[in-house]
Amino acid sequence: MSESVQVTNNLTNPEASSQRTLYPYVTGTSVVAIKYKDGILMAADMGGSYGSTLRYKSVERMKSVGKHSVLGASGEISDFQEILRYLDELILHDNMWDDGNSLGPKEVHNYLTRLMYNRRNKFNPLWNSLVLGGVKNGQKYLGSVSMIGVHFEDNHVATGFGNHLARPILRDEWKEDLSFEEGVKLLEKCMRVLLYRDRSAVNKLQIAKLTEEGMTISQPYSLKTFWGYGAFQNPTVGAEGSW
Amino acid sequence: MANVDFDVPAKGGFSFDLCRRNEMLMKKGLKPSSFLKTGTTIVGLVYKDGVILGADTRATEGPIVADKNCEKIHYMAPNIYCCGAGTAADTEAVTDNISSQLKLHRYHTGRESRVVTALTLLKSHLFSYQGHVSAALVLGGVDVTGPHLHTIYPHGSTDTLPFATMGSGSLAAMAVFESRYVEGMNRDDGVALVRDAIRSGIFNDLGSGSNVDICVITKGHKEYLRNYEMPNPRTFTSEKGYSFSKKTEILTAKVTPLRELVEVIEAGDAMEE
Repeated sequence: MSESVQVTNNLTNPEASSQRTLYPYVTGTSVVAIKYKDGILMAADMGGSYGSTLRYKSVERMKSVGKHSVLGASGEISDFQEILRYLDELILHDNMWDDGNSLGPKEVHNYLTRLMYNRRNKFNPLWNSLVLGGVKNGQKYLGSVSMIGVHFEDNHVATGFGNHLARPILRDEWKEDLSFEEGVKLLEKCMRVLLYRDRSAVNKLQIAKLTEEGMTISQPYSLKTFWGYGAFQNPTVGAEGSW
Repeated sequence: MANVDFDVPAKGGFSFDLCRRNEMLMKKGLKPSSFLKTGTTIVGLVYKDGVILGADTRATEGPIVADKNCEKIHYMAPNIYCCGAGTAADTEAVTDNISSQLKLHRYHTGRESRVVTALTLLKSHLFSYQGHVSAALVLGGVDVTGPHLHTIYPHGSTDTLPFATMGSGSLAAMAVFESRYVEGMNRDDGVALVRDAIRSGIFNDLGSGSNVDICVITKGHKEYLRNYEMPNPRTFTSEKGYSFSKKTEILTAKVTPLRELVEVIEAGDAMEE
């Protein structure tokens, strides 16, 4: 008796059984990316947090897209995996034309913007902040899309906490035509500050390099940290018993 | 037992008497007044010879800049200064209060004030108000025991740090500090780093802006560098002065400099209180 009541409910009120995304579950933290002399450099750590627990420590949050682009994502990991499937289909259909053309970073960025914005309009967003970088025919491109569809293009982008901690450093120290070593050093500087000051950051990161030749992603490695300040060793100097 | 003549000390803690009156007024339709916040970047660091404090100079009231050039580095003692972020009235009042308590203490003990004294007075005061006094402070100074730098949060917790930032621009400033701070810097490097951290706050945070104030405190000496740098000058005033549209025919022109009309009496009577 109760089952038939439920069936009628589903038919008359189709929204009753579907659910909208209300909050993310397994999340990745910031992604930072810069343009450099030969293309794009992108850095992201490998942590997947489940609320305040550090649940997964080998999550690759940067993936290549087609021949010319790399996508980095922060936010809900399952939504990132879903976006990769959409992009797979997009690239597949593009290859099926077999016309010698391939989707460049600008086109992929535009596709992602439409995807995110349309989901947001249905109140069912893909809970990610994406960074899309690429090089096609010598043109470097670096763009960002948020979960509500805000998109823009710049010489350096970051998601999440990276906006507050890494962007100020990049605004001061980024310059045109950085060498690979300078670019990596700059990214490591930003990732180190994020490691110190973002609670969901993890000391295991990868750096992706994207040039005209293609994408290479480094092996995971960790950054050196320094904790030897005098005030940390002895905070109550001159005031025994204080706290 | 004889009648005692001294005042019984107050019970302490927050007095909630005015809360009922506020609720009554709100029910009658009174809109709560917006308060002046200092949405701010304040920083401090310890260097080889002492402590350097820095602050921006913008005070905001919601989305509006209420004061373009306010002073956020407050005097506590000849050897101790305190930067304040949060509600401007709260930071002003709490630092003034503790500053006068420190002076009385100096008279009583006959010694230079210590930073931990100011720290304890401030944190006890803020804790007793359970976070309702919205003052986030960076306290720095040099006393007989050496240079000290502390942060004090509105609820009364404190930290002892080699470098510290507070306010809405604290992340932008902390990014600069975390990447470039080393222990035992000399004065010029320290001032340059503080200036860069405040500039980072000014240009990357909307709640901070205008100029950079710096205060350098060393053993037995302090330098209050008000408006050390002014990276936001007003460049849009026209030098041409006022010009009438082409169709206007000027019949006569007379320029009266206003300064000459007002007589400033230097040694006049002070206002009776």
